[in-house]
Amino acid sequence: MATEFVARGADLELVGIRKEFPGFVAIDNLDLHIPAGEFFALLGPSGCGKTTTLRLVAGLDSPTQGKILIGNKDVTSTKPHERPVNTVFQNYALFPHMSVLENVAFGLRQRKVGDPLPKATEALKLVELEHLAQRRPTQLSGGQQQRVALARALVNRPSLLLLDEPLGALDLKLRRQMQVELKAIQMEVGLTFLHVTHDQEEAMDMADTVAVMNKGRIEQMGAPEALYERPKTIFVSKFLGQSNIFVGEVSETSGDSLSISVAGRQIKVPTSRAEKTTGKIAIGVRPEKAFFHEDAEPAANAGLNVVGPGEIIDIRFTGVSNQYLIEIPNLGEITVFAQNIGKSPVTELGAKVWVSWKVEHSFGLSDLPEAKPAGN
Amino acid sequence: MSTQVSVVKTKTAGKPKSSKIVLLLVLPGIFYLGLFFITPFASLITTSLQAPVLGGGIGVYQPGLEFGNYAFVVGEYLDQIIRSFVYATFATLLALVISYPIAYFIGVKARNKPVLQSLLLTLVIAPFFISFLLRTFAWKQVFGQNSLISNFLRDFGLMADDQFLLGTPLVVIFGLTYNFIPFMTLPLYTNLERLDTALLEAGSDLYAKPSSTFWKVTFPLSIPGITSGTLLTFIPIAGDYVTASGNFLGSPNTSMLGNVIEANFITIQDFPSASALSVLLMAAIVVLVSVYIRRTGTEDLL
Repeated sequence: MATEFVARGADLELVGIRKEFPGFVAIDNLDLHIPAGEFFALLGPSGCGKTTTLRLVAGLDSPTQGKILIGNKDVTSTKPHERPVNTVFQNYALFPHMSVLENVAFGLRQRKVGDPLPKATEALKLVELEHLAQRRPTQLSGGQQQRVALARALVNRPSLLLLDEPLGALDLKLRRQMQVELKAIQMEVGLTFLHVTHDQEEAMDMADTVAVMNKGRIEQMGAPEALYERPKTIFVSKFLGQSNIFVGEVSETSGDSLSISVAGRQIKVPTSRAEKTTGKIAIGVRPEKAFFHEDAEPAANAGLNVVGPGEIIDIRFTGVSNQYLIEIPNLGEITVFAQNIGKSPVTELGAKVWVSWKVEHSFGLSDLPEAKPAGN
Repeated sequence: MSTQVSVVKTKTAGKPKSSKIVLLLVLPGIFYLGLFFITPFASLITTSLQAPVLGGGIGVYQPGLEFGNYAFVVGEYLDQIIRSFVYATFATLLALVISYPIAYFIGVKARNKPVLQSLLLTLVIAPFFISFLLRTFAWKQVFGQNSLISNFLRDFGLMADDQFLLGTPLVVIFGLTYNFIPFMTLPLYTNLERLDTALLEAGSDLYAKPSSTFWKVTFPLSIPGITSGTLLTFIPIAGDYVTASGNFLGSPNTSMLGNVIEANFITIQDFPSASALSVLLMAAIVVLVSVYIRRTGTEDLL
């Protein structure tokens, strides 16, 4: 069955793309290269330009400046119906007046491919919906419609498959299930996938490469693990997971680490994990990599950052972990996740604690957080 | 209709009290229909079966069961009957072809420009601000013997000196189209206004040229609008007695059913024939409309 769909995807290259809408710039000088066969996720908050990027690639909008190449062919001025690209739309955009099978066969019929119906049936088998072929799209559930939309796009064996938040309308459980299926299908058919989403878990779970987009630019791009472990900007560190950020002047550089002085404490970061090594810098740590100590300040240790004491001001039970919010005078608030393994520190609101984490888990960022308004 | 009835049933099942209220609310409507639809309809049917009084004067008839009246009017006015439906078909098609692009533009292209949209919609209904008779009469001037258009056509040798524009089928069909075009444009607009443009993008994304997207997606999805539009134009056009009359744009050669019915009722005072023609017109429209609706698959309009 799979052999029917094994067609290698093509490279996608965006060169100096700029897109202006009346009154604002949606995308500013975007360069992007997606190698063939890759599952690439474009991640960002709404309004960051990710859907616009996708529409430019599909040909539904045209860029103000720049070039779009698919498989080394310039398609910037080609119409959408002439591009070897298919899209799974956000709300699926299934044709309500056609059966599921006719929806899937639509692209094949337009290109006058032989045996459209058997091929469409094959594609429906791939998404396990062949038993619903004669139904109308409106008679299907959200998850089923999503799979029809996927089959309708995949059946054309496009060089590039675009997914515009295709899982956004599904509930959490179905979404996780569809993520697994989508990834499995991508591995099976070997096409290039460009997936646009604002769900960081979805992006990290499925993609080979994630690009975090903000205000029309790509802030950082890389494998999900690399992005999570080594965010380079404040935005990425906050958008992809959570981060505790400390800001201070570099006070000491010794060997393979540097430190900043905050509230009378030295916070260290390995030089290799810092974007900037001089002046005022921001150092961060992930909440799950920080620990707190109730009884006494942990012993000083070259490999350990310690801050505190502070007060626990909020505790949230989320099932998998407990999330503690600790307020440290002159330093601000720190979030610590403690895994719920039956013996997680039983601590009450108002308890006095110290927070520590390994120096090697610190990361130094290239920019500084925006100044918070007073009283916030 | 049937779904509405079932909704009422299920809602009233649990609460017998509300069924009385429903009845109370429906009563004025039933009363109105009984008085103003059923009564004249019954009277029309009985009149259509009346027989002339032997030795009676003009317009004197007695109750009877003269089914021959129907055969008589069909034989006598077959030309006008056929002409009515032919004109109505042409005028409806013309209205559809003219209205579709207008409705598409207002409903789809002007969707994000509310000012332009309301302005265009106002223009569509603006003719209604002036009486239907006055507007038709104005067209009579436009197509008159010494009008600009007639002179222009004669100057270029497209029309002989003894030829007239008024009274030709072309001008009558034009007038019918003009008079009823908003009834086509508005339902089409309401339908196209709801067209999901993501479907058009999906079409182009799936290799369909703009023309194929239109015929495969836009057109089939607009069939309910086309159906209601054609019904709202075809039915009144088939019975229209103003446009085709000799007082307006027509001549005896363009008489339609409405003109014949009018003449029989008012001038000739042959009430049974006029009634028989009315009943036939009604029956023919009901049959045509049901066949049409079944063919276009929009039964829920009934």
